[in-house]
Amino acid sequence: MTEHAAAVAHQFDDAEQQRGAAELGMWIFLATEVMFFGGMFTAFTAYRWLYPEAFTHASRHLDALLGGINTVVLIGSSLTMVLAVHGARHGHRRMLLVCLALTLLLGSVFLGVKAIEWSSKWEHGLVPGLHFTLTGADAGRQELFFFLYFAMTGVHALHLVIGICVVGVIFALAWRGHYSPEYHNPVEVTGLYWHFIDIVWIFLLPMLYLIGRHGA
Amino acid sequence: MTTAAAVVVEQPPLHYLNESYGVRSWLLTTDHKRVGLLYLLSLTGAFFVGGFFAVMLRLELLTPAGDLLQAETYNKFFTMHGVIMVFFFLIPSIPAALGNFILPLMIGARDVAFPRLNLASWYIYVLGAAFTTYAVVSGGVDTGWTFYTPYSTMSSTTQVMPTAIGIFIVGFSSILTGLNFIVTIHRMRAPGLTWFRLPLFVWSLYATSLIQILATPVLAITVMLLGAERLLHVGIFDPAIGGDPVLFQHLFWFYSHPAVYIMILPGMGVISELVTCFSRKTIFGYSYVAFSSIAIAVFGFLVWGHHLFVAGQSVYAAMVFSFLSYLVAIPSAVKVFNWTATLHKGTIEFRTPLFYALGFIGLFTIGGLTGLFLAALGMDVHVTDTYFVIAHFHYIMVGGMVMAYLGGVHYWWPKISGRMYPENLGRIAAFIIFLGFNLTFFPQFILGYLGMPRRYHSYPEEFQVLNVMSTAGASILGIGYLLPMIYLLWSLRYGEPASDNPWNATGLEWQTPSPPPRDNFEHTPVVTTAPYDYPGREVVVD
Amino acid sequence: MIEARFSLPLFPEQASTLAPRVDALLFFLLGVSVFFTVAIAGCLVVFAVRYRRRPGNEVAEQVHGSDRLEIAWSVIPLLLCLVMYVWGAQLYFAAASPPPNALEVTSVGKQWMWKFQHLSGPREINELHVPVGLPVKLLMTSQDVIHSLYVPAFRVKQDVLPGRYTQLWFQATRPGTYHLFCAEYCGTLHSGMIGQVVAMEPAEFQRWLAGGAGASPAASGEKLFSELGCDTCHRADAQARCPDLGGLLGRNVTLANGQTLVADEGYVRESILDPGAKLVAGYENIMPTYQGLVSEEGVLELIAYLKSLPERHP
Repeated sequence: MTEHAAAVAHQFDDAEQQRGAAELGMWIFLATEVMFFGGMFTAFTAYRWLYPEAFTHASRHLDALLGGINTVVLIGSSLTMVLAVHGARHGHRRMLLVCLALTLLLGSVFLGVKAIEWSSKWEHGLVPGLHFTLTGADAGRQELFFFLYFAMTGVHALHLVIGICVVGVIFALAWRGHYSPEYHNPVEVTGLYWHFIDIVWIFLLPMLYLIGRHGA
Repeated sequence: MTTAAAVVVEQPPLHYLNESYGVRSWLLTTDHKRVGLLYLLSLTGAFFVGGFFAVMLRLELLTPAGDLLQAETYNKFFTMHGVIMVFFFLIPSIPAALGNFILPLMIGARDVAFPRLNLASWYIYVLGAAFTTYAVVSGGVDTGWTFYTPYSTMSSTTQVMPTAIGIFIVGFSSILTGLNFIVTIHRMRAPGLTWFRLPLFVWSLYATSLIQILATPVLAITVMLLGAERLLHVGIFDPAIGGDPVLFQHLFWFYSHPAVYIMILPGMGVISELVTCFSRKTIFGYSYVAFSSIAIAVFGFLVWGHHLFVAGQSVYAAMVFSFLSYLVAIPSAVKVFNWTATLHKGTIEFRTPLFYALGFIGLFTIGGLTGLFLAALGMDVHVTDTYFVIAHFHYIMVGGMVMAYLGGVHYWWPKISGRMYPENLGRIAAFIIFLGFNLTFFPQFILGYLGMPRRYHSYPEEFQVLNVMSTAGASILGIGYLLPMIYLLWSLRYGEPASDNPWNATGLEWQTPSPPPRDNFEHTPVVTTAPYDYPGREVVVD
Repeated sequence: MIEARFSLPLFPEQASTLAPRVDALLFFLLGVSVFFTVAIAGCLVVFAVRYRRRPGNEVAEQVHGSDRLEIAWSVIPLLLCLVMYVWGAQLYFAAASPPPNALEVTSVGKQWMWKFQHLSGPREINELHVPVGLPVKLLMTSQDVIHSLYVPAFRVKQDVLPGRYTQLWFQATRPGTYHLFCAEYCGTLHSGMIGQVVAMEPAEFQRWLAGGAGASPAASGEKLFSELGCDTCHRADAQARCPDLGGLLGRNVTLANGQTLVADEGYVRESILDPGAKLVAGYENIMPTYQGLVSEEGVLELIAYLKSLPERHP
């Protein structure tokens, strides 16, 4: 039914070994990504601890509503991704294709909202190094916040762009019937990667948007 | 009159080197053995470029005055020596060259888990090297391989960005190699090859790979932040807006300390193979040696602050890091004792690889012991940032790691090339290297305690005699390194053809022809015995 | 000159109270190292000879291991390491604890020179005169990149950072001239950022101090305090909108966010350059920043002036 129903690369003994290798490989890759983002989280935490007031002030410039919308969008895209993987596992071609397409759509919506947020920052002169016009006693420290804001959301967005491209490729291959219940490793590992991107955002949201929001 | 009797010309057996020819078959190969050779070639190039800079440094240091090179040139040379040797030679060396070649053979696999990713990691290495080469030829970089801020972000006028980009890129080569090895070791061992039947080289590659995948991404981020500040002047490390230059040091050393274990662990794995083979004896304390590799990898992540004892770190943090640094020394000591005990009651054959192994054990012991000096807080205050530290890490990296690398290259040369190297030349070169090395670096311990700071282009006159000794040693060392280059190349054509198992060693890599066929084994081997099961009366001590 | 050319010093001079203590630790470390090096190398040589392959020794004895040995050679080195650790930590603590009566000298490092300021007036560049037998404390900062002040003969070293103060202290024990180096790579003339420490007998040092020209940093600081307009607000009268600064150094300060701290030199510097960073409880955030308006030496002079002010009246 599918051309690659049992395509096993020559270095593997059987499909099971290949599947296991692909899965372990993706988990290890995600571990490296945790360390990658972890470096920036460390820098942010260090400065947050040193300059709590400045970081709170800076955080107030962020639009928590847009951040919240994006969170719902991304979690939604993880749901559609899970359903896509489910579809691949059980051979439901339509479910797979529709859910991959929805994942693409929701991921793109996220990026669109991000673009709106970033251009608003530019308008308000809050882009360190390029267009930063805040003045005041703690302007320097707010600049640190904004640099880390752009660095972290930027690297996150880059990962999301890569994810969208990969999902796009998976979609095209699924359209051509590459996947079956016996062989759908790429869909599984892409799903893992997508969930990771979502989880990073779950950490970024409170760190960046919600500092001191509960207080006056 | 002769009949046209059929004269059968025997075709030479097909193996990985002659099964296909042409540049494309090499540049598009997915054979781990060819990828290993691509790395071997690149690494050799990097070693000699980094070595050239070292030669220039030692020449300058013959005289107290800065008279051979201008100050800025000298500063660029020690920076580039460090960057190239650390990132483009030491970190990849044994894993990428020897590991890529030998690991699948050692576990009875046809290849690594992700062969195309393996090739990609070589191309990534080359791309990183291209950026760094560009930095070197377009003016050089003078920040030291440690890139401390704010000098590197706000003061240096040299090619920091291309170098930073080159290092960022080559880091991914390291990560992908580590990822590939972990999956390979977990998923592709031959039937019967349980974890505790693995050769210790595999354990050491596993531990190394753990560090590679977890530590290198932090370097990537650090370099990215450095680049952002340099390019955009955002001030993340600039005290004027509240940034902290010491934060850079923490982030940098969080990678760079585990990095030194990336460099040494594979070397230790090679030594386990050499000591067992050339005394035809099982390793003493197998599980202790295996677990010590893991312990070094884990503890290695906890000690980075020992590079910041005088950097402005809190006294209490310093005390914690000092204590942990002593803990990480113990597993290394355990290995040294176990290797020594392995020789006891063995039957020892003095071949070149064993000379390198013995040299490693002696020199690594000295280097490791001097690490204890540095871990002692009150002592470190005096000797940090001096030639004492330089001597310490060169004893481990050059006296240890490079000797292990050469030992491994010689040991597996018959498997890789199908030829034997000339044994007498091999022994002579090992001896010259050992002598030259000690003469180069031992005086530097004394210089360091006397107070000669590192990265000094000119120095007070009273330090000259020791510096001259060091440079004399370096010239001997250089000759020692040239010899294997020459005779190994010579052996490719004129060396004695090697049998499958010229050393009569245990290990799956010796159960296949030299050189091996493309898919390594005709039939997947099945393992039923412990590693290093050489003949002899079994003795169980408590 | 010829003697200097062929001199081969193998051990640095001991010229401070700390030096013999560091050297004692060195000898212990050396002893342990020599012991283990000789032991390992000795075993390697003895085993290599005794167990070389020859007729009669063609087959090894397969000894798999000994848990007892493994424990022994893990625990004993660990105990030795603990000794080294405790000893080293004690020395470090001592080096980080200047006695309260230490003579203060401030130092600003910049590419590529060291500037020293004695509290009674004299300034020095790349040379530091100190008395023998009295503790001396250096309060240091950098004007640009990270440097490190290193005096091998005293066995002391401390990085010098921009934006922060660090300190080191020593007590010289022998008159003489000793190398002073920058020990953190800082650019082109890093190896030229060197000088000397001149230790003199106390009486001679006093004479040297007295002969020094220049106003004391406290006097310069008083002038700056007025020139920069600090005295507009920081006054001792009841209408002052700002804290009175007499006796500030060493006092407990309660901040607006509820935290308390002990006011030290770093706190004063930060309050001058970034007043809102640690706002004092009960005051408005109205002090302007002096970033860019006062040099690092100026800040140190202001601090010296504050130290010279009497405790405020209750």
